Amino acid sequence: MRVALFVTCVNDAVYPSTGIATVRLLERLGVEVDFPEAQTCCGQPQFNTGYRRETERLVRRTAAAFEGYDYVVTPSGSCAAMVRQHYPKIGDASAAALATRTYELTEFLVDVLEVTDVGAYFPHTVTYHPSCHGLRLLGLGDRPRRLLEAVEGLELRELPGADECCGFGGTFALKNSDVSTAMGQDKVSHAVSTGAEVLCGADNSCLMHIGGVLRREEAPLRALHLADILASTREEPLV
Amino acid sequence: MSNTADSTGPTGPTGPIGSRERILARIRAAVADAPDAPEVTRDYLDTHTPDAAMVDLLAENLADYRALVHRTDSATLPDLLMRLLAEHGSRTVLVPPGLPPGWLAAADPTRIHDREASTARELDEVDSVVTGCAVAIAETGTIVLDGSPDQGRRRISLVPDHHICVVRVPEQVVASVPQAMPRLDPTRPLTWISGPSATSDIELDRVEGVHGPRTLEVVLVED
Amino acid sequence: MSGTFVGMPSFPRAAKEAVHNKTLRGNLRHATHTIRDKRAKAVAELADWAELREAGKQIKDHTLRHLDRYLLQLEERVTAAGGTVHWAADADEANRIVADLVKATGESEVVKVKSMATQEIGLNEALEAEGIAAYETDLAELIVQLGDDRPSHILVPAIHRNRAEIRDIFRTKMADWGRAAPDGLTDIPADLAEAARLHLREKFLRAKVGVSGANFMVAETGTLVVFESEGNGRMCLTLPETLISVVGIEKVVPSWRDLEVFLQTLPRSSTAERMNPYTSTWTGTADGDGPKTFHLVLLDNGRTGTLADEVGRQALRCIRCSACLNVCPVYERAGGHAYGSVYPGPIGAILSPQLRGTQSEIDASLPYASSLCGACYEVCPVAIDIPEVLVHLRERVAGQGGKGHRLEKAAMKAAGWVLDHPGVLGAGERAASKTRRLHPSKLPGAGAWTRSRELPEMPAEPFRDWWKKNRKPKPDGTSKPDGKKS
Repeated sequence: MRVALFVTCVNDAVYPSTGIATVRLLERLGVEVDFPEAQTCCGQPQFNTGYRRETERLVRRTAAAFEGYDYVVTPSGSCAAMVRQHYPKIGDASAAALATRTYELTEFLVDVLEVTDVGAYFPHTVTYHPSCHGLRLLGLGDRPRRLLEAVEGLELRELPGADECCGFGGTFALKNSDVSTAMGQDKVSHAVSTGAEVLCGADNSCLMHIGGVLRREEAPLRALHLADILASTREEPLV
Repeated sequence: MSNTADSTGPTGPTGPIGSRERILARIRAAVADAPDAPEVTRDYLDTHTPDAAMVDLLAENLADYRALVHRTDSATLPDLLMRLLAEHGSRTVLVPPGLPPGWLAAADPTRIHDREASTARELDEVDSVVTGCAVAIAETGTIVLDGSPDQGRRRISLVPDHHICVVRVPEQVVASVPQAMPRLDPTRPLTWISGPSATSDIELDRVEGVHGPRTLEVVLVED
Repeated sequence: MSGTFVGMPSFPRAAKEAVHNKTLRGNLRHATHTIRDKRAKAVAELADWAELREAGKQIKDHTLRHLDRYLLQLEERVTAAGGTVHWAADADEANRIVADLVKATGESEVVKVKSMATQEIGLNEALEAEGIAAYETDLAELIVQLGDDRPSHILVPAIHRNRAEIRDIFRTKMADWGRAAPDGLTDIPADLAEAARLHLREKFLRAKVGVSGANFMVAETGTLVVFESEGNGRMCLTLPETLISVVGIEKVVPSWRDLEVFLQTLPRSSTAERMNPYTSTWTGTADGDGPKTFHLVLLDNGRTGTLADEVGRQALRCIRCSACLNVCPVYERAGGHAYGSVYPGPIGAILSPQLRGTQSEIDASLPYASSLCGACYEVCPVAIDIPEVLVHLRERVAGQGGKGHRLEKAAMKAAGWVLDHPGVLGAGERAASKTRRLHPSKLPGAGAWTRSRELPEMPAEPFRDWWKKNRKPKPDGTSKPDGKKS
């Protein structure tokens, strides 16, 4: 099986550790991963802001970059949802075909590799925020939770109001920064109320926003991508 | 029909083209290229309730929305109605023209008959009203009035503060809304009642008792 | 507080005030969370919710596709049943029709059932200008009217007020409009409801003209339907001699049977009840029961324009349940007034810019008043894909250019070029990484970020560089993991 990593532009530029963690995790599970270097951005920011023509160009590029792979795996529910939901409507046949071959990381682990215990070790208390696009557009359901529950040493704490949006929303975070921040602050206070050391998510753009509020408010927990936790082992623990 | 013509608008061969024609033309232009919309798929359920559970569910759902529910048979109905009116302290009771005469045989309050000339103010002086119903829906705890002679005009079950509605069980009870529809005649004015009047307008919390009858009693009569 | 929405600032500015108003935030949070949980429970009771939702969507889509036919059928049936049908192309025409009809009765006051259509056209203000007093009789509408306030929610226009504020409005304002509030009025909801009952009773009993909207109109029978809770609707629909109903043309459904879907989905979606306390249906006039004269005013006011948009027309499926408002995290924090329309929340953000156009500042900003979280679509009982329409309207706004969008367009173009050239992208990422931080002043709009949030620390190198160094490329261009640095 030919598996490509779709790292996403945000992870590429700002959170390479998540991309590296995804590669290491998949390799540990015996999957040979490739990184087609022609990939850039799925076009979601352009699409959601109303720039259709700019989106179309990126859809073509992305579809071409991942041509020929059996599985395209991405550590982002939001970008996976963009490809799955909108590519068939925006692009040509190859974009539509990419939609059927694209998997968000937890889907790939649970549905394709049929694994929930990935052999990870992370001795910390964690609360999980299911980002909206993973929750509602992809229907990830309890996959992330099952993966986290199987991590050795990890204690999962219930996040109150978990299914409420964190307030990121792409350019929403800038265009409506007051409402966006208010939503982020509420998310942070819910996370703090759990007493967890880590707020975990499967979308780094949401975590960039939540983490930005966390650090501004000097809240006693940090934001981490699910892949970083799943990649952590006894031999090479994430600190 | 009265068609409001716009005197400044364009004129057609038969006079001013009114808003009616303009709106219809705009609609036709708007959907000219729209895909066909097929007939509706009705995969929803006809009922969610087994027949045997229907009457109990009706009683339960009526009570859940704060209707007072009583169960009796036709022999003891007059005594029950007498008691309910007495307990409410009613001195007068509105009577629809076709209410079965026996129902209020034992009741003490003065019977008031709703005449077309009666004013709303006069009805407002009456303490209670007793009616039958057209159909009752178990799943939603609803009684439907259709203005038949045992129910009277819509206003008589509205203005008095105390409404007693008699439901004949099981023949007037259906399980679900889809089962109620074919039993109702839409050309008659219908009133669907589910509990006493209520509001959620203060902090989206439900409070019973606003303009409609603040006390709704439903008597399920089963022989 | 002004009673109109004219000259509203754009959404972000209006929302900013609301976000920092602690009382308002508390009121909205309390109310929306209360109803949210109840709705979920009420919906979960029906195993066939998904099928009911699909049927509701299909009924509306089918009707809209053949709207001309169903309106004509409705007109014929209402007329045959003793009613009179009027057609109004816009708000002014509808207001003029209603004012003339009221004047023809010789009356100078009307009692009103809560109606979004009459709110939308500003009927009360238009009647007032003609010397006709319009009394709102729904409790929340009464609170708004007495408080000289604006509605902030579709179902509960006074949702922004808590019980103490309502008590104060009743105490100070009721006497100006009729019967004063009882002495020593408390803020217990039951007491407030009782005060409204007493205040409005005299108006109901003397009313000669009632004005309503309708939730549905049935084409095959000419039947109108009003869902309500308090009994004020029944009062207005049955006690007056003349009834005037102003209804949007999209409210028609083909058949009586179609109501069985909405009678199940509307109450559960809106007040989270199995059934609302009262639903009234009437067909023209009835002998000796209720109004002797019935007028139906069919309202366009931007609806046919909305119908012409292939993506946007789904907004016309809306049955005004408010479920989307109640789950919306943006509505919960911004409040209804920020939307600058009688239609707030997610549905308002797609309806107002379509009914009114996207030219004004507020209407151009509404499509962006969403994080696209999708909670609204999930709860919509007629499956309106609100995020889809929002994005579609953003395209329209971005396309029309104007303030703020020129710069954005340039930035999007530049970013688009970079993203189409991975080599350039990598170089840019490397440059950012070298300085180990983002430069807020150089990023458009970054100030809006850093006012309340830290920017992420930049990594030592982008992922693509790590890949090149740590995963050796094979000759055919694909790479192979070897665990060693190349």
